[in-house]
Amino acid sequence: MTIALTQTQVQNLLNDMAADIRDKFADKQPLLVGIHTGGVWVAKALQAILGDDFFDAPLGTLNIAYYRDDFTRIGMHPQVTPSDLPFAVDGRHLILVDDVLHSGRTTRAALNEIFDYGRPASVTLVVLVDRNGRELPIQADIIGKTVEVTKGQHIKLINSSGLQLEYRNKGKAE
Amino acid sequence: MNNNQLTENGQLRHFLTIEGLKKPLLTEIMDRAEQFSGITNRQVKKVPILRGKTIVNLFFENSTRTRSTFELAAKRLSADVMNFNISTSATSKGESLLDTLHNLESMHTDMFVVRHNQSGAAEFIAQHVSPHVSVINAGDGCHAHPTQAMLDMFTIRRHKNNFPDLRVAIVGDILHSRVARSQIQALSTLGVGEIRVIGPKTLLPADCQTLGVHVYHDMEAGLEDVDVVIMLRLQLERMQGALIPSAREYFHCFGLTDDKLKLAKPDAIVMHPGPINRGVEIASSVADGPQSVILEQVTHGIAVRMAVMSMAMGAQSEQNELPA
Repeated sequence: MTIALTQTQVQNLLNDMAADIRDKFADKQPLLVGIHTGGVWVAKALQAILGDDFFDAPLGTLNIAYYRDDFTRIGMHPQVTPSDLPFAVDGRHLILVDDVLHSGRTTRAALNEIFDYGRPASVTLVVLVDRNGRELPIQADIIGKTVEVTKGQHIKLINSSGLQLEYRNKGKAE
Repeated sequence: MNNNQLTENGQLRHFLTIEGLKKPLLTEIMDRAEQFSGITNRQVKKVPILRGKTIVNLFFENSTRTRSTFELAAKRLSADVMNFNISTSATSKGESLLDTLHNLESMHTDMFVVRHNQSGAAEFIAQHVSPHVSVINAGDGCHAHPTQAMLDMFTIRRHKNNFPDLRVAIVGDILHSRVARSQIQALSTLGVGEIRVIGPKTLLPADCQTLGVHVYHDMEAGLEDVDVVIMLRLQLERMQGALIPSAREYFHCFGLTDDKLKLAKPDAIVMHPGPINRGVEIASSVADGPQSVILEQVTHGIAVRMAVMSMAMGAQSEQNELPA
């Protein structure tokens, strides 16, 4: 394990991202949605910076376990935290937050799930890290940092009394 | 029993009986059901997880609630559902069960939901299907009805916090009830403090005590201080011989009335797997009363069946995964 970005560095990125969100959504009363688990951490951190009043409703969370495209290959996801969108999405501007944008498959699944709740006016994708390895035509609108990750490694957000990014070697567990 | 319902990794492949399943698995079913129950509140009441899978409802016995909630559950998981009506099928033209089964398998189906009036039918089918097919027992004879038991556990958990603190009474025709058998297994696996069965001697199995339950023939005594009252339907169609004098006398002794319900705890819930016979095992005022959760049970049936079907299909996927 090597530290990719320290807690302070991550906090600086979050401040920049929050500033971008403020510019873009100042008069739009956006709704914030985090993807389990890392995306929820990032969303909560952004919410802490922007203040609860900036958003029109409490944080929504998505668990895309039932929307993944690899169910027929690897079966049920052990994660059982349910999705919870405590607001109607119709006609609203959604800010979709994830920690790392990699293949784009999670984002694809999250978009599909969101549209099963209704028809938002817009969805903006916000990620802490944009890394190489995209497999779908998906890109983020607001990015903390773009990172090149070598083969055999991945980058992981760790939450222990603060957010920190680490490089991990791909093991069997992955 | 050797558990052929589980994969090598201990995951649910078939769901045939509660017997032999461990507490964490029953808890996982309820946790997943909790997750699926939220889907009903969305615009699109579906998740795509079983898209492309074909599920066959194979009902050799009548059913309204169970068949339709299984069908809805499968559809909410985006599976394709075929309802196989036995009375109009080739079985009535003399085809054997196994031939019917192999024909349906040839249509590349992924799951059979089976109800049959013979105990052990679902297990028999599970033994004979191809490795990629899952079998869910939707009730076999007097043996088991595991999804009903799990939706009952889910309903209890929604209302009462901690299984070990509970006193649960099951009242009525235990002898013919696959629901009661599965409920007792589930309740004891989940560690319920006390399970009581209440009924006339003729409607209780001879070996009742071996199930780990307390037996009462006097309903007033049995209902005292219970948290959950589960009423069972008098299964007149399964009875051979005169087991009760009359429906009227049965109601007098074992029917749940407002007066008898007062003996239970004030916040006790009243359950019934349905269909209810008003005035035979339960008074209308109780069935429609504030303590009744009977219709909630029906709603919960969908989420619980979604949980079981997705878990079984998920275990299949893992089993079929080829090493990379």
